Order: sequence, then structure tokens, then C-alpha cells
Amino acid sequence: MTSENFSEFRKPPIATTGLLGWLRMNLFSNWFNAILTFLVIYFLYQIVPSFFNWAVFSADFTHNYLGERIIDRTFCTRVMEPELGGACWAIIFVRFYQFIYGFYPVEEVWRVNVVYLLLVVAVAPLLIEKFPKRKHFLYFTFIFPIIAYFLLAGGFGLAHVSTKDWGGLLVTLVLGCTGIAVAFPLGIVLALGRRSNLPVISMVCTLFIEFIRGVPLITLLFFGMVMLPLFLPEGITLDGLVRCLIAVTLFQGAYMAEVIRGGLQAIPQGQYEAAQSVGLSYWQLNRKIILPQAIRITIPSIVNTSIGLFKDTTLVLIVGQLDLLGIGRAVLAAQTWMGLSIEVYVFVAIVFIIFTFSMSRYSLYLEKKLKTGINMGAD
Amino acid sequence: MSENSIISLQKVNKWFGDFHVLQDVNLEVKKKERIVVCGPSGSGKSTMIRCINRLEEHQEGTIIVDGIELTGNLKNIDSVRREVGMVFQQFNLFPHLSVKENITLAPIWVKKLPKAEAEELAMKQLEIVKIPEQANKFPGQLSGGQQQRVAIARSLAMNPNIMLFDEPTSALDPEMIKEVLDVMIDLAEGGMTMIVVTHEMGFAKTVADRMVFMDEGRIVEEATPDKFFNNPESDRTKLFLSQILNH
Repeated sequence: MTSENFSEFRKPPIATTGLLGWLRMNLFSNWFNAILTFLVIYFLYQIVPSFFNWAVFSADFTHNYLGERIIDRTFCTRVMEPELGGACWAIIFVRFYQFIYGFYPVEEVWRVNVVYLLLVVAVAPLLIEKFPKRKHFLYFTFIFPIIAYFLLAGGFGLAHVSTKDWGGLLVTLVLGCTGIAVAFPLGIVLALGRRSNLPVISMVCTLFIEFIRGVPLITLLFFGMVMLPLFLPEGITLDGLVRCLIAVTLFQGAYMAEVIRGGLQAIPQGQYEAAQSVGLSYWQLNRKIILPQAIRITIPSIVNTSIGLFKDTTLVLIVGQLDLLGIGRAVLAAQTWMGLSIEVYVFVAIVFIIFTFSMSRYSLYLEKKLKTGINMGAD
Repeated sequence: MSENSIISLQKVNKWFGDFHVLQDVNLEVKKKERIVVCGPSGSGKSTMIRCINRLEEHQEGTIIVDGIELTGNLKNIDSVRREVGMVFQQFNLFPHLSVKENITLAPIWVKKLPKAEAEELAMKQLEIVKIPEQANKFPGQLSGGQQQRVAIARSLAMNPNIMLFDEPTSALDPEMIKEVLDVMIDLAEGGMTMIVVTHEMGFAKTVADRMVFMDEGRIVEEATPDKFFNNPESDRTKLFLSQILNH
């Protein structure tokens, strides 16, 4: 026997590859598995075709089955001929402006569009590491909130637009983006504070986190609406949307702090010792050594709580802010479109899924990217 | 303390809770002296050298390093840590940074060296530990011996006067121990003041100026390697040596 024999690698057995092999291995590997497969196929057969029939094939988009343009519920096929019609998406098309901008004045709406566009410019370099001239764009990301504020609210020659007129996707994005963006650094500070060696700092942070985390978001929103004005000096009033923003941000900050604290606890003591032994200060050590590793291992949880917050912003409708869902309910409350709630809720759900699904995909991409090349298993 | 000591421990005491880890430890280390500390596990060897750069706090007694007394004063701690390099049993490289970044981090952030200069320095240190070709890899891609040599280079990049080694070869596969010891021997020959906690008695015989044997938080015996290995005074030392040399 020569050493050549060792270098021959064998291919896997053929029976486990190919479409039939895959089916046999994954769907029909035993009788129980086969029954489950047939059950699932049966349910899909029951649900999927009828959903698509309702949502697409027999649905009205802008015109009904007689070819008339739909301007209110009485034109919908499903209202006129319940047997013929599916979904009546016209409600979305007619009220599209409200869904996206709320009651923002039409002549000023370009400002919202500019903000939407700039939001993409601000977020893209943050998410894509290989973005050309990323550093310069990141400066823009930092000042974007200020620009967005003046564009949306007015100032510098732009007419003032009260936040009472903001609504729909605009409010959802303002709440979601601000909440996530501000809560992240807040969470880092709170997490470090809670683990601080100084008992006062640690106690204050722990109390804050436990209080905020122990209270439902709705309660915090009511707090913001009813109690916050009592604490403010006389003469100063806070805008309703700002109060919601504060409540949402504090809430998310407390959750983020606990997520990041979990990551901090996973970092071995040796990392601290090595960093201290080469002379790094507390802040350098956290910024350069501990936090990058802690955040890396908590990405799935960070994205998870962020998705949670993005959906929770819908709760502001209870304190009278018209976010995407709030606008949907307002639209349904009007006599002209009553009874089309399924269409509205499905539309709102789809918009939310687009955002949350992108977030979850991005987190998967990040996890994959950070795993390759860097072996975190080193001790 | 004697005139030319660079490290001086006087009547140092330390407790972990109720456990008395260091009991009246006295140790004087002269400049360029190489000390090897040995003893059974739990004898306080690691704790003692970790007190020297204040990774552990002592509760009684004085520790003076290069003329600076270690107290709660943060400025003093920082200056001492700049003088003293440390190598750990578990390497403790920063896994999210490349080998080169591991080494340049402290020079850039603590010594405020320009990046290009720090990188040049890092490459020089990697030459000294004989792995310049690994500069752009990540710690997880290196063998244990290579990782430990990077850890040595990382400490050396801060240009310390004193190097502490806390069982640097205990976590290594037998085949890799030699490459790390060779680097340490080079360092010793270069005139570095070194305190090495190790069970590598061959290394101790070649390199040490003085052996320190610890047990139950005390320094039991201090002697030249020659006397220590051939003619130890205390029975505890004799027992220890018979245990580790006869396996």
C-alpha cells in the first residue's frame, strides 16, 4: 500500500442526492412524516388558492366589474354583488396619500418625500460596509435627524407643519427610526452603567431599567400624555408626538440595555485583563474591545427587539397619534368606506412585514458576514 | 527596599473573601533579573504577579514598581501598566481584531502613535516572535503557540521594562511549547526583567537567575536554580520537586 491511496476522497452515495432522494429524505422518510406532508399539502390547497382568488383574481383595484371607477364603498363589486367580488383595494388607492403622509398639506408634501429619500441615503452607508466613500456619508447620517426635523416641522423659511397633521407611514417611521436609533446608544450606556463598579451609578441604571421594563408600553404612553406635563416647568408644553417619542425611546432603551448586558456578560474576563494590562482606559477598553464583541454576539437579539419596537409603535394610536394603523382605522371610520376593514388591515400588515422582514434578513446577512474570517471561538 | 530593585513587594497580604491567598509576601526583583515562580496550584503564584500590575488589588503591605507605589490612585496604576507587560495562560488575544490590529491597538490609543508608525512597530515585534507572515490573520486562525507569540508581541509593542508571564505554556499542546519558550529565552537574553510563573523546569534551569517557590500563599524558598534543584532547603520544596520531576 502506498501513500497515494490516502489522497483519494470518495463521493457521497448517489441515493441521497437528486430530487427523488431529497423528497424521500425530507418529506416521506417514514409514515408519520408522510402523513404530515399530505396534511400540509391539503391545508395549503384549501387556503392559498382562495386567498389569491380573493386578493388578486376577483379583486377590484381601481375599477369595479362594470368598469366604473371606484370612489366609495358603494362602487365596490363585493358590495354591489357579494358573490362576484373579492377584495376592494380601491380604498387603499383612494386613501393612499393619507396612508403615506397623514394630513400633511399637499403643497408641502415634497418635504416629506425629500426626507424619505434622504432616509435611504442616510441608512444605506450605515448598513452596507462597502458603500463608496462610506465615511463621508456617515457624517451625513449623523446630521440627517436635524435636517429631517426642520424639513418635516418647518423653519428656515419653510412653513410650519404641526405634528398633528403628520400621520400614516410618516409617523410610524419617525417613531420607529428615532426609537431604534436613540435607544441603541442609550441602551449601551445603561448596560455599562448597570455593570459599573460604582454603586450609585449601577443602582440608578438598574432602577431605571427595571422600572421601564416592568411597565407596559401603553402605560408609559399614558404617562407621557398625562403625567409628563405635570413635571415640566410651567409654560413649557411638549408636542404630543414628542411625548410618544420619549416614551417609546425610553422603553426601547431599557430593553436594549438588557440585551447588550447579556452580550457583555458573555465576554470572558481575560479580555478585560488583557486590555487593562496594555494600558487601555475604561472607555477605550469598552469601545475597542468589549462592546464590538458584545454587540456582535447580540445582533440577533438587538434586531429582535428592534422589530418588536417597530410593531409596538402602533400603540400610539391609543393616545391619539395617527400612525399607519391609526390612519387605517380613521379611514374605516368614515361612512364612505365602512366595512372594508379586511383590505385595510391586510395592507397595513403587508407594509409592516416589508419593513420587519427586511430587518430580519439584514440581521441574517450580518451574522453570516461576521462569522466568516473571524473565529470567535478563540479562548 | 534595596537600592536597585525595580519591583519590591513588602509584607503583601491579600484575601479572596475569607481565604488568605497571599500571606506576608516579600519579594525584591532587580533590574534585568529573571525570576521563575513555581509551586502547587492554589499557592498564590498567579495572584502575586497579578498584583504587580494591579489586575488584583492587595489589601495590606506595599508594592512598588519602578519607583511608583501601587495604591488606589488610577494615574499610578496607568503608569505602572505602561511599564509592565503581561502574558496570560489563555493568550487573551482580541478575537475580533487581526493579529496586526491586536498589536497596534495599545500603541495607537495609549501612546498616541500614528497608525503607520504603529504598524511598522507591530511588524518589527512580529519579526521578533518569528511570525511576520501571520500579520493579517485573525487569532482564531492561528495555532495556540502562534497565538501566544502574538500575545508576547502585543505586550512588547508597548516597550515595557518588565514582563510578567502567567503560566504561558500551560494551555499549549506539547509540540508548541518549545516555540514559545524559545521566544522567551530570546527575550531573557536581551536583558528583559522577567517574572515567569511556570512548571517548565527545563526553562527555569536555563533562564532563571532565581527560583521562588510558593505554597499556601507564602514564599517558602528563594534560591539560585542550581541550589534550588540540587539542594533545596525546605521539605515542602523537596516534595514538590520530586512530584514534578518524576513523572
